[in-house]
Amino acid sequence: MTLLEFARGPALQVAMIIFVLGATWRFFGALLLPWRLAPAEPRKGALSPIAAAFKGVVVKMWPHKPFQKAGMFTFVNGYILHFGLAIVVFLFAPHILFIKGLTGLSWPALPNNLVYTVGVVTMASLVAGLVHRLRSPVLRLISRFDDYLSWLLTLLPVLTGLLAAAHLGARYETLLAVHILSICTFLIWFPFGKLMHAFMFVFSRAMTGVRMGQRGAEL
Amino acid sequence: MTAKTTASGVPYDAQGDMADKDRRDAAMKGFVREFGAVAAAHLEACVRCGMCAEACHFYVATGEPAYTPINKLQPFEQAYHRHAGPFAPIYRLFGVVPSVTLEKLEEWERLIFDACTLCGRCTLACPMGIDIAELIKKARHGMFKAGLIPDRLQLMDRTARAWGSPATPADDFADIVREVGEEHGVDIKVDRERADYLVTVAPAELTEHTKALADAAKIFNKAGLDWTYHSEGFEASNIGYLNGDTELQEKMTRKIIDCAVKIGAHTLVLPECGHAYGAARWEAARWYNDKLPVRVIHMTEFLQEVVASGKIKVKPVGQTASFHDPCQLVRRGGVMNAPRDVMAALGLEMRELENNRALTWCCGGGGGVVSNTRADPIRYKAFELKKREVEAAGADRFVTACGQCRITLDLGAKHTKWDRKIENLLELVADNLAD
Repeated sequence: MTLLEFARGPALQVAMIIFVLGATWRFFGALLLPWRLAPAEPRKGALSPIAAAFKGVVVKMWPHKPFQKAGMFTFVNGYILHFGLAIVVFLFAPHILFIKGLTGLSWPALPNNLVYTVGVVTMASLVAGLVHRLRSPVLRLISRFDDYLSWLLTLLPVLTGLLAAAHLGARYETLLAVHILSICTFLIWFPFGKLMHAFMFVFSRAMTGVRMGQRGAEL
Repeated sequence: MTAKTTASGVPYDAQGDMADKDRRDAAMKGFVREFGAVAAAHLEACVRCGMCAEACHFYVATGEPAYTPINKLQPFEQAYHRHAGPFAPIYRLFGVVPSVTLEKLEEWERLIFDACTLCGRCTLACPMGIDIAELIKKARHGMFKAGLIPDRLQLMDRTARAWGSPATPADDFADIVREVGEEHGVDIKVDRERADYLVTVAPAELTEHTKALADAAKIFNKAGLDWTYHSEGFEASNIGYLNGDTELQEKMTRKIIDCAVKIGAHTLVLPECGHAYGAARWEAARWYNDKLPVRVIHMTEFLQEVVASGKIKVKPVGQTASFHDPCQLVRRGGVMNAPRDVMAALGLEMRELENNRALTWCCGGGGGVVSNTRADPIRYKAFELKKREVEAAGADRFVTACGQCRITLDLGAKHTKWDRKIENLLELVADNLAD
C-alpha cells in the first residue's frame, strides 16, 4: 500500500469515523444536559423565542459600535479566514470531484488560480491571527494548547494543499498524500478542541437571544 | 471569617471551618449543579478571541489582562470539562483536564466577586453569544457553597438571613417609614391588610436615601392609588442573588411575592434597584411553577405608567440631563425607554453619554462590588470611565434609577473630589409634581 493509498483509504476512513462520532457525541453530550431556562413572563411586545433565537444568531455577526475599534481585526480577519476556508474547501474543482465521489453531489467550481489566491490569503489570515494572539497580553493569557493546535491543524491542510497544487517540495503523489493526511488530523482533532465552535456557536448565540429577547433587551 | 492570602499573594476570604478537600468538593458540586445545556453550549462555543476584554470596565480601566471576562470563568470551565462535559470521563481517566485545586478557587475569588459586577457588557461583545455574566453568576453559586466569598458579602448574607434585610430588622421597618413620613410631611401607608400595590424598598432607602421612601409615597398618594409598604415583604434587594446563595435568593423572593399575594396586590413595585429587578422580574417565576402570581415592575416602569396615563402631572424642569443606565435594569432588564420617557415628561433635554442604553458603562459597583471594600481600588478606576463621559456630555443634571449605582457614583465622586450631584429619577419626579 502506497502512502497515497493509505491516506485515501484507511486513514481518511478512520478520521471520518472519529470526526462524525466525536462531533455527534460532543454535540449531544452538551445539548442533552438538562435545559434550565429561567422562566419569566415575557415583556409585552417581546420577540417570540424563535424570532429572538434567530435575531441572536444574526446580530452577533457584527460587533456593536463601542467594540468595533478594538475588535475590528478579530472580526475582519475572522471573516477572511472563514470565507477563505469555505471557498478553498467547497469551490476547488478537485475537492468538488472528491465530494461527488463520496456523495454524488456536485456544483460549479471557481477557476483554480482564483482558489489558489484565496488559499494564500487564507494562510496569511491564519498567520496574522497567530501573530495577533501572540502579541496581545489578553490573548496570551487566555490561550491554551487547544488554540495553538487547532491553529496548526487548520493551517496544515491549506499549506499542503497549496504545495500540492504547485507541485513544490516532493512528488505530487507524496504531496497529495500529505495533504490528505493533514486533513485527517484536522478531522480527528475537530471534535475535541475549539473547532467545534463551528456547530456550537449557533446554539450559544440563540440561547442568549432567547434569554435577552424575552426581556426586550439588546443582544 | 478569616482574611487570607494565597501562596501567590492573592488575598481571599474564607468562611466556615471546612477541611480543604470538603471546601473544594463543595465548590465542584455547586458548579456541576449549574451545568445545564445552556451553560454547556456557552462553554463549548468559546474561541478565546478576547473580545470580551474591551467590554469590561475593570479591564479597560486597569489594563490588567486577568480581568478579561472569560478568564474569570476559568475554574468553572475547567470543572465543566472535568466533571460534566461530553468527554469528562476520558479527561478524568487520562488526566487531560486536572482537578480544580482549592488554591485556584481561592485565587479566583477576587475575579469572580471583586472584579465582576455581573453587568453583562461582555455578553454584548461576545461574537459567540456567550452570556458570560450569567455564567459568572452561576459560578458564584459554587463559590458560596464552598465558603469562598468576600467577608463583606457574607456579613450582608447573614444579616439578610437574620433580619430579612441587609439594612434593618423587619421589626423596625414600620417605625422607620412612619418616621420618614413625619419628617417629610407625607402620609405613608404601611402594613395595610389589603392594597392593590405592594411597594418594596432597597437597603439604601433605609439608610442613606430615606427621602426616596417619602418620594414614592408622595407619588402613589398623588396618583390616588391603593398602596402600601409592608413589614412582611419590604426588602427587594436580593443579596442571595448577588452572593450565589440560592437558598437566600428564594427566601427573599418569596417574602415579597407571597406578601403581595397575601394582601391581594395586583402589582409588586420594585424600588430603584437594578439587581432587585433581575431577581424578582426575571428569576422569581422558577419558584412559582414558572408563572408569577403578581405583576412585577420596576419603579421606573411605574413612573412611566403614571406619567403616561396622566395619573400624575409633572412640572417642566427645563434643563439638560444625562442618564446613567443601570445595567440590570437596562442592559440585562430591557427597560430602555421608560426612564427617557419620564425625563422627557419633565422637560429635560437629553444629553446622552457616549455609551448609553444597553451599551452603557457599568457604575462599577453592581453585583455586590460596592459593598466589597476589597474592590475599592479597581472600582474607583472604573468610575473614571463614567466620570469622563459625564463631563464630555456636559449636561446640567446627572440622573440614574438605581440606588446602588447612585451610591457607587457618589463614592466615586467623593473619592475623586468630583463636584457633581447624582440624582435619582424617583426623587426628580417627586420634587416636581404639579399641583
